[in-house]
Amino acid sequence: MSHFSMTEARPSPDKKNRTISWRSREGRSIIYQIVAILSAFALIALLVRNTLANMRLRGIQSGYDFLFQPFGFDISETVIEYAHNSSYFVAFAIGMLNTIKVAIIGIALATVVGVLIGIGRFSANFLVQKICYAYVEFFRNVPVYLQLLIWYLVFAEALPDLDGAWNAGHFYLSKNGISFPWPVWQLGQTLALLGAGLGLVFGLYYRRLARTHFDLTGQPRPVLWVALAATLGMSVLGWLAGGAPMEWDLPKVGEFQIEDGGALSPEFMALLFGLVFYTAAFIAEVVRSGIASVSLGQHEAAGSLGLSKRQTMRLVVLPQALRVIIPPLTSQYLNLTKNSSLAVAIGYPELVSIANTTLNQTGRAIEALSIVMLVYLTLSLITSALMNWFNASAAIQER
Amino acid sequence: MKKYTRTLIGSVLAAAGLMAATSAMAGKTLDQIKQRGQVVCGVNTGLAGFSAADSSGNWSGLDVDHCRAVAAAVLSDATKVKYVPLTAQQRFTALQSGEIDVLARNTTSTMSRDASLGLHFVGANYYDGQGFMVPKGKITSAKQLKGATVCVQSGTTTEKNLTDYSRANKLNLKPVVFEKVEAATGAYFAGRCQAYTTDASGLASVRAKEAKDPATHLILPDLISKEPLGPMVRRGDDEWLAINKWVLAGLIEAEEYGITQANADQMKSSDNPQVGRLLGATEDLGKHLGLDKEWLYRAIKVTGNYGEMFERNVGPKTSINLPRGMNRQWSQGGLQYAAPLR
Repeated sequence: MSHFSMTEARPSPDKKNRTISWRSREGRSIIYQIVAILSAFALIALLVRNTLANMRLRGIQSGYDFLFQPFGFDISETVIEYAHNSSYFVAFAIGMLNTIKVAIIGIALATVVGVLIGIGRFSANFLVQKICYAYVEFFRNVPVYLQLLIWYLVFAEALPDLDGAWNAGHFYLSKNGISFPWPVWQLGQTLALLGAGLGLVFGLYYRRLARTHFDLTGQPRPVLWVALAATLGMSVLGWLAGGAPMEWDLPKVGEFQIEDGGALSPEFMALLFGLVFYTAAFIAEVVRSGIASVSLGQHEAAGSLGLSKRQTMRLVVLPQALRVIIPPLTSQYLNLTKNSSLAVAIGYPELVSIANTTLNQTGRAIEALSIVMLVYLTLSLITSALMNWFNASAAIQER
Repeated sequence: MKKYTRTLIGSVLAAAGLMAATSAMAGKTLDQIKQRGQVVCGVNTGLAGFSAADSSGNWSGLDVDHCRAVAAAVLSDATKVKYVPLTAQQRFTALQSGEIDVLARNTTSTMSRDASLGLHFVGANYYDGQGFMVPKGKITSAKQLKGATVCVQSGTTTEKNLTDYSRANKLNLKPVVFEKVEAATGAYFAGRCQAYTTDASGLASVRAKEAKDPATHLILPDLISKEPLGPMVRRGDDEWLAINKWVLAGLIEAEEYGITQANADQMKSSDNPQVGRLLGATEDLGKHLGLDKEWLYRAIKVTGNYGEMFERNVGPKTSINLPRGMNRQWSQGGLQYAAPLR
């Protein structure tokens, strides 16, 4: 028995008597939930069983065993090594990486363009403001599918043939896309990358120090410049430590292609341009609404504290606007990733394109599409998780 | 998103189709067609000479003629066909799920398709082979395409043949794969690819209909594959398979016996017993198929015999300008050899 039993005013209800029953609201809600989950599972099981039974009846083969058969197709753009006898599994991985490639680059560029346009709509300059307005209204009201086709047409029609390729130094622009020199990967590049990473970590650490310093003394320190200098400096240091390799893989004109070097295909560029300009229009609106949500009083209050316009934006307006911006921004990132599936129309070998080929070669429609769904779901959940984490760090710190 | 959604919806519907209606089995297709008064026929979204719709929505072509002939045989009316244009990806699912009764969409017969998709090939209405089209110039043979970019449509045997050929001959061809044939040909004509590849008949059709100046494009003489094209039906309904198979064979045999659209009526009184059999003037072959006596007569009156179909749709007098080649009668050194109708 507890020493404090004397102070207990009312005994808590006896746990043993809390059985699940229709009588209690709690009990009913538990029963409803169990029934709902069971019927959902039963429905799914019924559909799966029926489908399989009908497919068997009609002599349609099913299963995922094809994944480990050789794919047997060439893929025009690959991020990882692709051998002639690689399996469907590897092909799907390449498709997924191609999707991720366009998604990451696309999200980064769309954010930059979107933020610029969004801020531009508050510009005091009449022309800038109207151009940004026109941009948003044009790009978000034309279907993205059409925009992709138009960009592809531009790249396929307007660029010169190989014979008349535009050429500046070792850069080439033709119907083959853009070709550019690419460093031959050696120890130096690896060390440079490592150095950049270390520099970035130091930058983040310095930011915390500066924050503490600011809280204590009220004196700001130039965080951005220090972080930038650390990242660049460490990367150069790494490159020097690796023997300062200077070899470049230079593109050259072949019979049908610009060969070697780094290259971006017209398919990739058309997809990237289409997705970036389309999504940026939405991001601009998100940014605009976020900034507009911060009341004028906040600007005035910051002004009366003696903050400059830039400081007001950076220290007062943006932190508050971000709370409004981040959730819808996440949706835009997800949309961009999913819209990349439209690339089947313009010949970029992303996930859906690989799935299409698989579907036709093996006839496993349900299997191929289930893989596509699983991959998009996973990518979307990861993106959401990252953005939620970012959102939490931008949220109001309640004390 | 739209495009992908459509594929997705198609597949979901197909899956739903598989889940529902197990009733559409054995012998039921003909009953259903009679009940609804229409043959539902899956065709190409647009391949001149094989299946293409004109500006007023009338379909024509070699594949379309198969649908019309079948409709004439089973419904006595060649216009009672509903055409469902399908992409290469959609075609098999549409047939499997029962959305269409017959797929007449320049589809190649292969073992894996025949054995694993739950489908049957009816027979070849066009013997073809895969070729390359290039802008006229220095290239005169497919072997010279080393390292070239090639535009190709996905979801076809073409894509596979291209890879096989490239590997076998160490050509290191770079395929740019499009979902729609219009996108693939568009990219080729824009100069994105050094070559466009599909079945030779398809190349001729594309060159005739889509090139700004057909004379500036060359179809290379190399054929890199065998492509027996023909209609397909679902497994599990042998009667319906038989009807399609013998309509096709009947029109081929009609050519052999000189029965044409124009002379079919006079030929009814022919002394040749086989002609009488084919036209239903003497024996009744239709009863074996669950049809009436004049099933083939009606088909011939609508489409003409196989030779007439060929000449009208893709022959040398049309803009497609395909030689009869392998598709001549067996008696003239070709491959078109129909099992006898008796």
